[in-house]
Amino acid sequence: MSSNLMNGASMLLECLVREGVECMFGYPGGVTLPFYDALYDHPLRHVLVRHEENAAFAAQGYARTTGKVGVCCATSGPGATNLTTGLVDAMMDSIPIVALTGQVSSKLIGSDAFQEADTFGITRSCTKHNYMVKRIEDLPQIIHEAFYIAGTGRPGPVLVDIPKDVFQGNGHYAPVSTIHLPGYKVYTEGHSGQIRRAAQMIWDSERTMVYAGGGIIAANASAELRELVETINAPTVCTLMGLGALPSEHPNFISMPGMHGSYAANMGMTHTDLLIALGVRFDDRVTGKLAAFAPHAKVIHVDIDPAEVGKNRNPDLPIVGDVRRVLQKLNPILKETREQEAPKKAAGRQAWWDQVKAWKEQHPLQPSYSDSEIKPQHLVAEIDRIAGGRAVVTADVGQHQMWAAQLVRFNAPRLWVNSGGLGSMGFGLPAAIGAQFGQPDNLVISLVGDGGFQMSIPELATIAAYGLPVKIIVLNNGYLGMVRQWQELFYNNRLSSVTLDCFPDAEKLAGAYGFKGRTVEKPHELAKAIDDAVAEPGPYLLNVKVTPFENVYPMVPAGGAVNEMVMGPPQPVPVG
Amino acid sequence: MLQTISLLLENKPGALMRATGVLVTRGYNMESLTVARTLDPGLSRMTIVVDVEPHQRAQVIKQINKLINVLQATDVTESPSVCRELVLLRVRAAQESRTAILKEAEIFQARVIDSSTEGFVLEATGDAEKLDEFIAVMRSYGDIE
Repeated sequence: MSSNLMNGASMLLECLVREGVECMFGYPGGVTLPFYDALYDHPLRHVLVRHEENAAFAAQGYARTTGKVGVCCATSGPGATNLTTGLVDAMMDSIPIVALTGQVSSKLIGSDAFQEADTFGITRSCTKHNYMVKRIEDLPQIIHEAFYIAGTGRPGPVLVDIPKDVFQGNGHYAPVSTIHLPGYKVYTEGHSGQIRRAAQMIWDSERTMVYAGGGIIAANASAELRELVETINAPTVCTLMGLGALPSEHPNFISMPGMHGSYAANMGMTHTDLLIALGVRFDDRVTGKLAAFAPHAKVIHVDIDPAEVGKNRNPDLPIVGDVRRVLQKLNPILKETREQEAPKKAAGRQAWWDQVKAWKEQHPLQPSYSDSEIKPQHLVAEIDRIAGGRAVVTADVGQHQMWAAQLVRFNAPRLWVNSGGLGSMGFGLPAAIGAQFGQPDNLVISLVGDGGFQMSIPELATIAAYGLPVKIIVLNNGYLGMVRQWQELFYNNRLSSVTLDCFPDAEKLAGAYGFKGRTVEKPHELAKAIDDAVAEPGPYLLNVKVTPFENVYPMVPAGGAVNEMVMGPPQPVPVG
Repeated sequence: MLQTISLLLENKPGALMRATGVLVTRGYNMESLTVARTLDPGLSRMTIVVDVEPHQRAQVIKQINKLINVLQATDVTESPSVCRELVLLRVRAAQESRTAILKEAEIFQARVIDSSTEGFVLEATGDAEKLDEFIAVMRSYGDIE
């Protein structure tokens, strides 16, 4: 058995290869030296980012665009603490990543050694689960468990903290064939009786709404969702995390609901009599005032996480299970009974569709244009044109993110990449790096604000170094736009610390990294500027100066009911 | 309202921290906590008494059940259960009270575990109410711990 004697670093690489890892994102340091030494002549691709937080975001970009588990790596102490934002972000959006951190040698733990931090303690609440490896013989089991936990059930981040002596120590590598986690409960199948009752509830309702979220994308259930929606011909809203679950061009797709959702989506949610909630968590940004949310609706809630069912809204019919498996059981029942059941409420359903269409026509989501300046919605509409519903678009956090969610089409899942739950600024650019590795042949557009972009500028070096053809488009309004919008609307327009002066010259900045960039501010130049950026074989930085004082509408004020949307800026009222 | 949660969890590093962490993160105050190994050395039994708003009780149990190291978490607040408390009490008293203390101890069926010139260490078991009385009586004889 001497042939499989190896050190911990090599053993870790063996495990990563067995897990099918092709690339990882990381940043080396003192205690991970043995690992990076083993990596030196190993085929596994390591992408060197410029900050550990961005390693976690890039791993997420990879996971979100491929459905595989993303991997990031950092050293002990500051390396590990820098990862934490990315871990919490992955936790909030249920994104499967495995984070590997180095730790000081076992005998130094607790001695305030150089670059020591209590990573295991710090990341307990940032992860779905975390480990510290105490003995080299436990390493393979723990690594495979970490991947299993990250990728199954409700996905999430798992961290493995590895002391330097475990990397360096020698042990016999024995491949792990089984994982036994007696306390890990994954409910996949869904209760058949409940599923049959769901079918009956659907036929008994007239004003059905399908409310689809990130769970559809995590479960790869887009085809099943489409089958359901077409079988019962229900209007469907997709949440910020669920955009692309149903193609944006599908006739049943209404748009996003919630704080910046469309009029039709929010009115639909308010007046529906049956809400079919699939892989969603009734987030406050969707429901607004919870007591006034979908007040007339019975709720069917399908989710793989039992803790989500009844957390914010008590469903009339809970189904705990993998949404794909549940729909695979539900759809045939609906098809079987359709001929007999569908005609019973046909008139009511037609009236409901007419109403939803009327809401859509009354207040459609549409870009606004100006001859003198570039409206931010104009820019987002141009991105939609060039993306054609097929490109990956990563966003940062703020106004540009909401405009993109409203106006950019996504005709497939895993194209829209954004920080939904945590709202981490600085997410968009590093996520685009991961996305480009995840979908190397696809067009990847990183739409960022001038605030978030400046949080992630160091990653321009990563993009240049790997020659990634990411198209970085900065929606530059010179402000922290969303914060300014709230100061304007709710704090008497006292604009406090939201002006972002001194934005760098885009052409010079990109040029300094060895690729092309430019600034555009005239509306008639925009379309060509975007075409040029996409035609460029390498990376491109396009800085677009837009109307500074544009706000995102519709808007549900925080804590308001979603049918009390503000449709636009206050209008002057004639006197007398 | 006080909720009693009974937990069966893997005897692994960090498991205790994870279970209590679910409560701490949500700002709930723990009133009591006991944890001990079961007959199976790989498992621990933990009982937590915690102050939780009534409508959050089910959610707390679900969140604890989600932890990878937890095999089962159950709300036993309203289940039929046997609740016994054990008190180990040191009473410091003057020579002339010694006989009286021993008589009182007998009434409460407490046992003398240790005796010294300064006083006694007594052990008593029973329900919470009875033990509170026991403690009050002993306090009247001198410093207790």
